[in-house]
Amino acid sequence: MDDWRESQEILVMDGRIKVPYTWSAGEVGTSYLEALRDEKRFLGTRCPNCDIVYHVPRMHCPDCFTECERYVELAGQGELVTWTVARRHYPPLSPLGGRFGYGVIKLDGADTGFLHLLAEFEEGELVTGGRVEAVFADEREGSMLDVKYFRPVKGVE
Amino acid sequence: MAAKRVGIVGVGMTLQSSARRDVYGIELINEAVRAALDDARMTRKDIDAIVIGNMDHFEGINYVDTWSVDGSGALGKPIMKMTTGGTTGSTVAMGAYYHVASGMFDRVLAIGWEKNSESDTTGAIITAFDPFWDRPTFGGAVAGLALEATQYMAETGATEEDAAYVAVRDRKNALNNPYAHLRMELNIEAIMGTPYLAWPVKLGDMCPRTDGACAVVFASEDIAGDFPNAPAWVHGVADRHLWAYTSDPYVNQHVKGGTWFPAMERATAELYGKVGITDPLEQFDVAELYLPYSFAGLRYMESLGFCERAGAPALVRSGATDMGGKCPVNPSGGVLSSNAIGATGLLRVAEAALQVQGRAGDRQVPGASLALATGFGGCYWSDELVIGIEKPERNRG
Ligand SMILES: [Zn+2]
Repeated sequence: MDDWRESQEILVMDGRIKVPYTWSAGEVGTSYLEALRDEKRFLGTRCPNCDIVYHVPRMHCPDCFTECERYVELAGQGELVTWTVARRHYPPLSPLGGRFGYGVIKLDGADTGFLHLLAEFEEGELVTGGRVEAVFADEREGSMLDVKYFRPVKGVE
Repeated sequence: MAAKRVGIVGVGMTLQSSARRDVYGIELINEAVRAALDDARMTRKDIDAIVIGNMDHFEGINYVDTWSVDGSGALGKPIMKMTTGGTTGSTVAMGAYYHVASGMFDRVLAIGWEKNSESDTTGAIITAFDPFWDRPTFGGAVAGLALEATQYMAETGATEEDAAYVAVRDRKNALNNPYAHLRMELNIEAIMGTPYLAWPVKLGDMCPRTDGACAVVFASEDIAGDFPNAPAWVHGVADRHLWAYTSDPYVNQHVKGGTWFPAMERATAELYGKVGITDPLEQFDVAELYLPYSFAGLRYMESLGFCERAGAPALVRSGATDMGGKCPVNPSGGVLSSNAIGATGLLRVAEAALQVQGRAGDRQVPGASLALATGFGGCYWSDELVIGIEKPERNRG
């Protein structure tokens, strides 16, 4: 049988689905994002039953479903639990130019980590368990990107 | 009523390749379904129910269960969609197994498929993550896995070369699999020489984006003997999901007595307890594992109990997981050689069935009778199945 590719070009239709959404952050998410935007503060919630401080905040403990205490004030710095440095830049998805990475960060006072961006580091400067601090955006609109990125705390091992 | 024992009696898979432009999605599904029905000497009319899965956002079609009816064979039959991210294919297998084990259906078709060529895989994957907490800072699957690799190396002292050994093994195995997408022999130096995507993960460490489909027929113990091929019996299944956010696997495992990879370890403990596995390296003849990148072939071996924590580099370098070793891993070439995401977990189950039936062709592990198959996905979710040629004494769950 002839190879279909020799005699026929397969039609390909381009498409793009662009659908607007209005996601509600809910009460807890709103309080968190307002504190980040207006006061550059990080808020966690605490399960009184499990004694776990969640960041990002949960309204109810995902383990025991107890309502969490609102809110626990957390530091703007913490431990770099794990990290990677982006080596292949892909413009639509690269949130920063220059050298940047992704890190899981456990803020001081929290028991759980969250994902954020890393920048302002030299080659070889990121270490597992190292200290990092938040650098806030000048213009803040109530999203996780109100923190531009985290950077290593200078002079601390 | 006791649960029915369930056997796999038919397997169909398509050629896995970077772009199957010769068929559109429904036709690709149909290609796998016809192959599975032919393999079991069945017709569409013999099927009682269908479970199908893919990741909706990869093709931008959200009602795959209804949209695919002409290809899946569901015309006038019960069909259910199951979509759980990377684990979709293994979840579909478990869903079909539950259907039959319940006693309500005798012949159930499981279908997993994907056409990754039809969208931007990384852009589409991001839509699986939380719009507030993850998406703004999420770098896609490669960066997410790189976070795990960094942590694994920091905690165990494993090296990039150790991971490259896994990539060499799986890629070489794919040479024996006529259905595999990538079939290439690369040595450790060649893997190490591929460009970094997100440190320490290199192009040679990662799975490809693939188009492909797989279909598997599950049958009740009451009729499983009526097919041309000896049934590959499901000896047990288990699955666990963790909490939802990208960061959870890396930090939250340390919360409240957490372990190394809790979803996989807890699924493993349940499964091995039910089936009676105490020494997986000795008891399994072969394993088809969802290893989406090379470092998974180290860390997951530890969570699956094949060795102690930090023992995987020595285990894989010993050759125990190579073809001809004690328990060959991924004779098919695994996920590093083909990753049509919705099909991938089901392909692990299909390959495990072919192995214990002695029908795996050039990739056959001689005399294999008991196999482990796994699915991995999302925020470190884990599906696991044990498939064996021996008929179990009863359904053990
Ligand atoms: Zn709790």
